[in-house]
Amino acid sequence: MRIELERRAGASGLFAIVSPLLALALTLIFGAIMFWMLGKNPGHALYSFFIEPLLEVWSLHELAIKAAPLILIAVGLAVCYRSNNWNIGAEGQFTIGAITGSILPILVPQWHSVLVLPLMLIMGAIGGAVFAAIPALLKTRFNTNEILVSLMLVYIAQLFLDWLVRGLWRDPKGFNFPQSISFSTEAVLPEILSSGRAHWGIVFALVAAVAIWFMMRFMLKGFEVSVLGRSERAGRFAGFSGRRMVWFSMMLSGALAGLAGISEVSGSIGHLQPSISPGYGFTAIIVAFLGRLNPLGIIASGFVLALTYLGGEAAQLSIGVSDKVTRVFQGLLLFFVLSCDTLILYRVRVIFGAGRAPAARS
Amino acid sequence: MTDVEAPATGSLLKIQGLTKYFGTFAACSGIDLAIQPGEIHALLGENGAGKSTLVKMLFGVLQPSEGRILWDGRPVSIGSPGEARQLGIGMVFQHFSLFEALTVAENIALSMDPKIPLAKIAEEAASLSKAYGLPLDPNAHVADLSVGERQRIEIVRALLQNPKLIILDEPTSVLTPQEADKLFETLFKLRSEGRSVLYISHRLEEVQRICDRATVLRHGKVTGACDPKGETPASLARMMVGSDVASVHREAAANLGDVLIDVVNLSVPARTPFAVTLREIGLQVRAGEVMAIAGVAGNGQGELFDALSGEYPVADAEAIRLRGKPVGRTGINGRRLLGAGFVPEERHGHAAVSDMSLSDNLLLSRSQSDRAAFLTGGFAAIIRHDVIRSAAKRICQVMDVRKSGEDPAAGSLSGGNLQKFIIGRELDRQPSVLVVNQPTWGVDAGAASRIRQSLIDLARAGSAVIVISQDLDEIFEVATNIAVISEGRLSKPYPAAELTLERIGLLMGGIHDSTGHAGSPTAPHAGGVHAH
Repeated sequence: MRIELERRAGASGLFAIVSPLLALALTLIFGAIMFWMLGKNPGHALYSFFIEPLLEVWSLHELAIKAAPLILIAVGLAVCYRSNNWNIGAEGQFTIGAITGSILPILVPQWHSVLVLPLMLIMGAIGGAVFAAIPALLKTRFNTNEILVSLMLVYIAQLFLDWLVRGLWRDPKGFNFPQSISFSTEAVLPEILSSGRAHWGIVFALVAAVAIWFMMRFMLKGFEVSVLGRSERAGRFAGFSGRRMVWFSMMLSGALAGLAGISEVSGSIGHLQPSISPGYGFTAIIVAFLGRLNPLGIIASGFVLALTYLGGEAAQLSIGVSDKVTRVFQGLLLFFVLSCDTLILYRVRVIFGAGRAPAARS
Repeated sequence: MTDVEAPATGSLLKIQGLTKYFGTFAACSGIDLAIQPGEIHALLGENGAGKSTLVKMLFGVLQPSEGRILWDGRPVSIGSPGEARQLGIGMVFQHFSLFEALTVAENIALSMDPKIPLAKIAEEAASLSKAYGLPLDPNAHVADLSVGERQRIEIVRALLQNPKLIILDEPTSVLTPQEADKLFETLFKLRSEGRSVLYISHRLEEVQRICDRATVLRHGKVTGACDPKGETPASLARMMVGSDVASVHREAAANLGDVLIDVVNLSVPARTPFAVTLREIGLQVRAGEVMAIAGVAGNGQGELFDALSGEYPVADAEAIRLRGKPVGRTGINGRRLLGAGFVPEERHGHAAVSDMSLSDNLLLSRSQSDRAAFLTGGFAAIIRHDVIRSAAKRICQVMDVRKSGEDPAAGSLSGGNLQKFIIGRELDRQPSVLVVNQPTWGVDAGAASRIRQSLIDLARAGSAVIVISQDLDEIFEVATNIAVISEGRLSKPYPAAELTLERIGLLMGGIHDSTGHAGSPTAPHAGGVHAH
């Protein structure tokens, strides 16, 4: 007996939809096994992980806050990945965006104007884009691998932020805590509803997702992304430039990550500090794939992954497991998503005996 | 169609009811075939007829869904190429699997028992290659060898296993006529030793010349078994295609118009270590002319196409002129806007994106030349899918593209149908200049004749056409003038009517004619071709 993967004649439409759901189900099953091995009641644990956070208004607001950066970053990454450019450094671009966006409220806190906030957002996006331009430059000029370069730049960005808030930008009246001065009210991204903390970040995320979806679906630019991602040679034949696509996709995703960074700092933290992200930039990779690299799918998957963050916090309190459980869940999910995706293009056949399979008659 | 049923006893290989399903699609269905010891057996069929699937099952690459394989009279299951080799089946694939940076001996050693020392392999390979008339230097680097020589490596590699049956997949598609003759001698020698050869081809003349028996496949089924020597090419073609193949009709050269393609002293350095440098290429093509560029694969055809199409613009703008305008430094879309169309050799991943729909593939080459019709919204460049879809439909009708579904993925079409679409995509624009690389490579006979006819018709309507091809039959069918490319140099053009197969073979073999750029095609007189 052996197991054979047989290529389907075409991509299976059914499995394109079923695959993420199947991955979710498998994640839950293996999560339950994990809780059981930790000596917890799996049913209770999964309930407090995935259901409890959805039952209260304040935690729905938290869900939106956490989903916003995930969706913003992931739609940018989707463009990158569709064009076959592997930006793994969104976490770094997020961090740099937060830093460049914070220049105005930290260095000129006395400037009070309605212009402050829009300028901050623009500067954050530009900062992220410029930081993502570094791997683009190195790739187009020296043919370096953007995966390694962008990943390594994450640590540079994080240490740079650390150095800033412990040195140059430390609040002089902050009792030596490593953090910047708090942003003035003009520099804070306002809340959408009076019922909770959710700020405009989630609106940016939804607008960006719909805009990118429109681009990929209806615009020549989106077509260019898809063609170059599938075959650079065919792209060249079409007159598209693979080199320019590296710049475009990296800087677009960098800008969106930067915007997510400054939105997060301005909307939910209110100052700079050494740690401003629980790994949004990396988790967004999972969001992008779970959403099938489709911006509308990413909106849904962004909320799912945001839930794993909330659930992790909740589970820490209510059942007393480490918040590392969040990471385990995210890892399981990515693993199952990628493996279930195989089923879209292949079917699994179990073959008994010596090479004679029950034939599928038409 | 005579049914030559082989006796069940004494067959080296006998296949009964062999069937392979991919999903619900039967690539091969109920195939019966018997190969006797010491015969050259042809497997004929169009692209998509199931030839490749069948031999992949024989070589253990694919597993049959149903049916039996009998080897020397007893049923066997061939689970892997390794098991096939152990049984005594050797295979030479159409696409070679060789490492260009390694030597011949090293490449052979990769498929052998790792314990055998390299020197011994080199020695055996050298003696085998001598014995079978396949001259080969075991210490040469593969990158330096011609395609014919590379094929010899594959053959020697198969022979080293001492096989009883050798399967050759389209072996002459990359060879000059002289190289093909040498290959045939080798095959005759193998036959005289009692070995069998399964010879896959769609070249009917060749099959008639060398094969003892032929099995014809169509749509995954055996449609005929015959003695090819007792058939005519037309009757064989009928078995292959299922209907009479229209012969290509070419009228005497019409009046030629202005020079539309003018290449002067075009030199392009090699982009990669394994690419060919183009040297001082000169070429003029007039309206109404089909200029064929013959040559053995890997002599700069791809590089010439890249330079002509503008996928890789060249340094000197004046080196290439289209309709009088210098375009050397202009990109492919700039040249398209001047009325040029291009068809590259490789269908999948170059001329078309396999997993995109036909309408998307139409947009692929025409997003700028048909911007006004296909795009809207100005700078936003919004794609008008409805317009493009109806244009794709029109092309499919004109070119008789057979497909499943309204707008299927390009990869789901057979080679011939996809090629008809790709050619039709350019013809639909009525280009004044068309450059085609290998228009009918791996395309079935019906589609090939249709494509060739459309190229001739385009030229007759007043366009200049360049056809780069390795298929000499095709070249003689379509060309008004023929130039030969060899090692990155282009010979001067000769009128097709005055060239013979032998002469063109000599030119392809690298006997250069350095006059290069000639003002107008002139007849080659006795001095046109120099022997060594």
